[in-house]
Amino acid sequence: MALDKNQIAKRISKEVKNGMYVNLGIGIPTLVANYIPEGIEVVLQSENGLLGMGPFPTDDQVDADLINAGKQTITTLPGSSIFSSADSFGMIRGEHVDLTILGAMEVSENGDIANWKIPGKMVKGMGGAMDLVASAKNIIVAMQHTARDGSSKLLKECTLPITGVKCVKKIVTDLAVLEIVDGGFKLLERAPGVTVEDIKAATAGNLIVEGNIPEIEV
Amino acid sequence: MINKTVKNVQEALEGVQDGMTLMLGGFGLCGIPENSIKELLRRGVKDLTCISNNAGVDDFGIGLLLQKRQVKKMISSYVGENAEFERQLLSGELEVELIPQGTLAERIRAGGAGIPAFFTPAGYGTEVGEGKESREFNGKMYLMEAWLRADFAFVKAWKGDTAGNLIYKGTARNFNPMMATAGKITVVEVEELVPAGELDPNMIHTPGIFVQRIFQGEKYEKRIEQRTVRTA
Repeated sequence: MALDKNQIAKRISKEVKNGMYVNLGIGIPTLVANYIPEGIEVVLQSENGLLGMGPFPTDDQVDADLINAGKQTITTLPGSSIFSSADSFGMIRGEHVDLTILGAMEVSENGDIANWKIPGKMVKGMGGAMDLVASAKNIIVAMQHTARDGSSKLLKECTLPITGVKCVKKIVTDLAVLEIVDGGFKLLERAPGVTVEDIKAATAGNLIVEGNIPEIEV
Repeated sequence: MINKTVKNVQEALEGVQDGMTLMLGGFGLCGIPENSIKELLRRGVKDLTCISNNAGVDDFGIGLLLQKRQVKKMISSYVGENAEFERQLLSGELEVELIPQGTLAERIRAGGAGIPAFFTPAGYGTEVGEGKESREFNGKMYLMEAWLRADFAFVKAWKGDTAGNLIYKGTARNFNPMMATAGKITVVEVEELVPAGELDPNMIHTPGIFVQRIFQGEKYEKRIEQRTVRTA
């Protein structure tokens, strides 16, 4: 059975290690924060200028001057800090942020990512995505393996305008966990009940399968 | 101490003309110069080039200027929350330059700091890099990006003093400190204007040298785009 959004987020949370500074994109990546295990201390960076993003506020804590990059109201934590957008992207560009988790529309087998534009349809802008993918030490992508019409989003080459080149390290989809290696998508884990053949059929880029592929623990 | 105060928003925007390049602080609707935007509307100046991370929403922030067709060109990183913006863009009425957010922030910082260009990896290999000079440093490719400067920069701060020193609050800081440095004339509106000497010099985010005009803002709406709460 394919993973739902929360299960994808839960699987990605296992990649988050103690002491990391992490930037979470909008959508499934935001859900990762809900699954970070007890005892793992991480600091969430919000690129509009906050380190140490806390949970959503209660009704009486809401402060219009405290939002995250998705424009949601949030809170600070003991030890949080606030800074300008220039300092924020200094942290990102200077590789001080350890891990970036973001969504994608397409990923190619050499690690290119497309997630900002559909020509003629969606012209919202790239926000901080291009800066993040160009500089992050480690990038994990959360995405659906295929589009609604069944076509693969894991491609030989991206068809949409790309956000960054050769930057994605790992991908967690509703069907599988994959790593970008020389030559293509290396299959690491598969969703419970999903076969290697299913994943092969859903992957347009080169899929590398070595040995026994374990199921994702959900 | 040099006194930067002007008596109201009308005096603060004296000299803003058609065709000018303006910077407007804020991220989404957080930390936007609400009073100055209203005065731009009232003055009716047009053919403006607006440098701002976002373009407001349909009925607030820069969205109000778009509705009145006062904007010729937007320079932004993300403009997704504005249907009128999208309509004007797709119909060709509005020019738009989309810039990676960190590059936008750094181009403004560079403008204020007197650095005409710098190299960044953001956008290399994408359509953002088309036509731009690129260079390799330590085995990685970077794009050359130029500074941004403006005729007027409109900044919102939390507290300010008569000498133009500023303190921001929360994530309403965002693009405001860089924009404060990059305007030929930097106009600041504050929630609380105090006499010089009342703010602790150790706590100042923007030193007064960057500020030409400061005034006490009023009637802040501080609209929230995504009110997200948890149950206590």
